[in-house]
Order: sequence, then structure tokens, then C-alpha cells
Amino acid sequence: MTATPPLKPVDTTRRPGLSMEAAVQRRARMAEEMRVSKMVRRLVTPEGAAIQLRLASASERAGAFMIDIAIQWAIVIATGLGLSFIIGALNPGSANVAFAVWLVFFFFVRNFYYIFFEIGQRAATPGKRILGLRVAARDGGRLTANSVLARNFIREIEIGLPFQFAMMGGDQVGAWMGLFGLIWSGIFLLFPIFNKDKMRVGDLIAGTWVIKAPRATLMQDITSAAARPETNSRFAFTPAQTEAYSIHELHVLEDVLRQSTPEIKAQVASRIRTKITWTRTEGETDLEFLEAYYAALRRRLEQRILLGDRKTDKYDVR
Amino acid sequence: MSDLLKSYRFREERQADWQRLDLILTKAENGGVKNLSDEQMLALPRLYRQAVSSLSVARSISLDQNVINYLESLCTRSYFFVYGARTTLGERMMMFLRQDWPAAVRQSLWPTLLAAFFFFGGWALAFFLCLQDMEWFWTFHGQNFFDGRNPDATVEYLRSTIYIDEGDIGDGQLTAFSSFLFNNNAQIALFAFALGFAFGIPTAWLLVYNGVMIGSMYAVFWDKGLGYEFTGWLMIHGVTELFAIVLAGAAGFVIGGAVAFPGGRTRLASARVAGQKAATMAMGCVVMLIIAAILEGFGRQLINSDVVRYIVAGSTLVFWLVYFYVPRKAPDA
Repeated sequence: MTATPPLKPVDTTRRPGLSMEAAVQRRARMAEEMRVSKMVRRLVTPEGAAIQLRLASASERAGAFMIDIAIQWAIVIATGLGLSFIIGALNPGSANVAFAVWLVFFFFVRNFYYIFFEIGQRAATPGKRILGLRVAARDGGRLTANSVLARNFIREIEIGLPFQFAMMGGDQVGAWMGLFGLIWSGIFLLFPIFNKDKMRVGDLIAGTWVIKAPRATLMQDITSAAARPETNSRFAFTPAQTEAYSIHELHVLEDVLRQSTPEIKAQVASRIRTKITWTRTEGETDLEFLEAYYAALRRRLEQRILLGDRKTDKYDVR
Repeated sequence: MSDLLKSYRFREERQADWQRLDLILTKAENGGVKNLSDEQMLALPRLYRQAVSSLSVARSISLDQNVINYLESLCTRSYFFVYGARTTLGERMMMFLRQDWPAAVRQSLWPTLLAAFFFFGGWALAFFLCLQDMEWFWTFHGQNFFDGRNPDATVEYLRSTIYIDEGDIGDGQLTAFSSFLFNNNAQIALFAFALGFAFGIPTAWLLVYNGVMIGSMYAVFWDKGLGYEFTGWLMIHGVTELFAIVLAGAAGFVIGGAVAFPGGRTRLASARVAGQKAATMAMGCVVMLIIAAILEGFGRQLINSDVVRYIVAGSTLVFWLVYFYVPRKAPDA
């Protein structure tokens, strides 16, 4: 490495002008970041390290609930059918007993499906697991069995009550009562939308919340591909060229390299080449160029971070 | 190789341990702690602490999103595992039966009395109103009441609903009916608990309503001179069942009281503490209702003697009172 170049590009005339479109996009991105950061809660572990917990949004919770309801109905219907089939084949006389068994089973599936799964090690029903959610105690401590019971028994007024009022009808008075009740019980149903922690009434009573805990996989470091000596010598970027972008663009580039199609990679490569005025050398592929540039950019930005200078995006002039 | 990025070298040195932790966690999440070998159990805390410190360092030196996301997720998962509950379901159930449930009931004596007041108040109200004027029965139950057990029924018919003939046993109809009743009652109990959140007012209404239903029915039998027999028929399982309904109402009042009058705590903290206690009581109600359904389905059909019915009713009452209210030594911690 040569001596560290000056920290900031002094040549402000070359700074990309903030076009109207770019400004709008940037503002939208910052608003989005703001919205996401509102859903993040810090949990300081007893070791003194901070873990960031992301709360599940109301729509994700609703989605998980739909999946769970579908599974519950599938279980109940399948058992009902299976039971009636067995009874029909063996002893038609004991249909009443079978019905009794099925009713009790229905009650337990309705009320204990959630409890059974949330008491387990993963603290999540199948629906939550599919969407990468889990239940956690709000104070960061243990999720106790009593909390799980409380949050699930309360579901009765959040789902059961509005449903019953919605089914209410008959004469005019009954319909009006039903409507009034629906509005009243709708407060419980829509409770998660109106508080910043996205708690439903059950969470409030139980002292819990639902967080995102998706399983992430560790992928190859992109710079490992660019670290081969022969690629290293071919792509020698000047300090000015590695100054062109910042952290946000680096992350976008990482996403492009990890998960986009060759066409997009080609487009991105050509845009970067234009921006940093890089002339394509003999036999250079887009992928190689992008990986090498990613490595160079990341090296540069990580050096600057170590010196306490975090440049968040290319418009960030400091 | 000195030309590698610092953050890449950092990751290279540690990723084997991260992946090892990942493997242990996956194993534990899939099959519980018993799947882990002793060696893995011992390695877990060290690997966890290492991952947490790696995360702090990675946040400040690395710009690789994938590494940071991976570590965030790994640390979250392992935090919940390391500091998560370690009791098995069996232990948990024993703890519930031996300690948590009776303690929760014992601590909520006043809400229980309040719930009993509403329930039996509704009962007494309906009973005396109906005795004065049977028209009240139709007011409470509505004109299109299907059940034959109404003021117009004959004494013989009413008597026949209380005792079961030998021939009737085994057709399973009553089993189905008692399971239907269990379903209904248990749902009402959970409802009474959940409605407590609305400051307990709907819970009180639910208790009064159910009291009125039973009280008016009681008046019908009383009026026909079947009071003694009907009490035996009702109480053989009713002691357990009605006690459960009252306790469910009490659980609702515990929550309602905590939300309405949080005292020195914040409303959220108060709701949380009350919620844990009340949920234990509601769970207990479900257990009681299962027992009541068994008594109803079998006991009531097999036992046709009034005296034996009264004995069963009395002994269940004594059992529940002793179980809940007799103070016991805290188990050795």
C-alpha cells in the first residue's frame, strides 16, 4: 500500500450534483431507514453486549396468524374426517362418543395449539416459524409458561369476540347491537396497530412481544475471490476511484453481487466503469470487475471507519 | 496473504467457531437440550460469549452486511437459548399443580369473593323472581326455548331428566352432551378471563348472566318440589364446574383491577404481573372443567342415588377448598 491519501476529496467540483431525482430517492431511503429503526429495540445482554431485536410488524403477525389458522382448521377437519371414517367402518353405533372426543379435541386445538408451540424451545408457532418470528419476554428475561398462557388465553377477546359480534344479526336491534359490539371489540383486534411496540392485548397482559429472528446463513466473503494475486494485480484502482462511493453503495453492490442476475450485474458494472472512468481491460469480465471493485471500495471504507469517519452515502460530504 | 482485508482476516479466524455454535443451536432447537453431548454443552457458553464479542467488533470494523446479519441472528438465537427456560414440560406441569395454581388462587381471595357475589347474586335474583312469578323464566330464556325443562313441564318429565334409566346408559348421547358442555363452559371460562381486560365489567355481566340461567332453571325444579333431587343432580359435578366459573371470573377481575388501578407500578408492569397470575388461574379452570366433565359424563349417569350424589358433591368441595386454601410449606428451593 502507498501512503494514505488525504481523508477527503478536496476537489468539490467533482462532487456529484444532487439531481432532483436523486434527492427524492435519497429522502425516501432515509424515511425508510427511519421507519425500520423505529422497529428496532436494543437488548443489552448480561455480558454487556447489545443485540438489536427487530419487532415484527402488524402485517407479518397477521400473516403468521393466517397460516396458523389454516393449519388448525386442517388438523380439525382432517381428524373429523378420519374419525368419522373409522367409526363408519368399525361401529356406526358409537358416533356420539366419537363426536364427544372430536369436540374436546377441537377445544384443545383451538386453545392449546399456540401454547404448545410457544412453550417449546423456539417460542414460535409454525406460522411464526415460517415467517421467522418468535415470542420474547419484553424485559429480555425468560419467556415463562405463564406468559405464554396469558397471551394466548387473551386471544379469546381479540379474535373470538369480534367474530361473535360479526355473526350477530337477526332483527334490527340485534344487528345494531352487533355493529356496536364489533366496533367496541375492534379496539382489541386492532390494538397492535396503535402502539409503537406492536403488542396485541395478549402481549400487553403477558409482558411479551414478537420479534423477528430469521435464520441467516454465512456466505462466502466476496473479497476472498478478489484476493487472488492475479486479479489483484490486474485491478489497481487509484485512491480517487475508490473515493467515488460510500457505505450505502457498497451494501447495494454487495446485494447485487450476492443475488442478482448477470444482466443486472452487467448494467451495474458499466455504470461504475463510467463513473470512475475505468477502461475495460483485455478479457475482463463484469463479475471480476465488480468483485475487485467491491474489495477495493470496502478496504478503503473500512480504513476510513477505523479513523472514525463513516460516510453513509455518496452525497454525504464531510 | 498480508494483503487481505482486516475484516476478512477477522472473520476467517473466527468463522469455524461461529458455525460450530450455529450447529449446536440448530440441534438444540430441533430436538431439545437432551440432543446435545456433554462436550457441546460445555462449549456452548464459551462459543456464545465469543459470538457476542465478535458481533460488537464486526459492527465497528466490518462493512460486510452478510457477516453482521449472520452474527446478529446467531447472537439473538443463542441469547434466547442460553438464557431461556430450561424446565421440561413435565416439571412445569408438576410445578403448576403443586405450587403455582393453588398459590394464584389463594392470593386472589377478594376477586374470588367478588366473582362469587356476582354469580350467586344473579342466581338468587333469578330464583326469587321466578318463584314469585314464573313469567320471569320466559323473560330470561326467551320464548323459543327448546329444552323441555321449563315451567310447563310435568313433574314426571322433570324427574326423568334427573335420573337415568339403566337402559339409557351406553348410547353415548350423554357423553356427547357433556363434552359439548365442557367445550361451552371452558370457552366461557376463558372468555371471562379475557374480558377482564375491559376493566372487568363484561366479566361481571357474564357471571351474572350465567347465574341467572341456572337460578331460573333451579326455580322450575324447586317449584315442582324437586329442589332436593335437582340439587344432587346439579352439584355432583356442579361444585367443581361452578367453582371453576367463579375462579375464571376472579381471574378476569384480577386483570381488570390491575389495568384499572395499577397502584405504584406503571399500567404495563401491573398488567404483566396480574396477567401471569390470572393466566395460571384460567389454566386451572380448564383443568377443573375437565374433571367436572368427567364427573358429569360418568358419575351422574352411573350414580342415581341422591345420598351418594350429595356425598360426592361434598367431598369435591372439601377437596378443592383444602387444595386451594390450606397453606402449605414452600417446596425446598
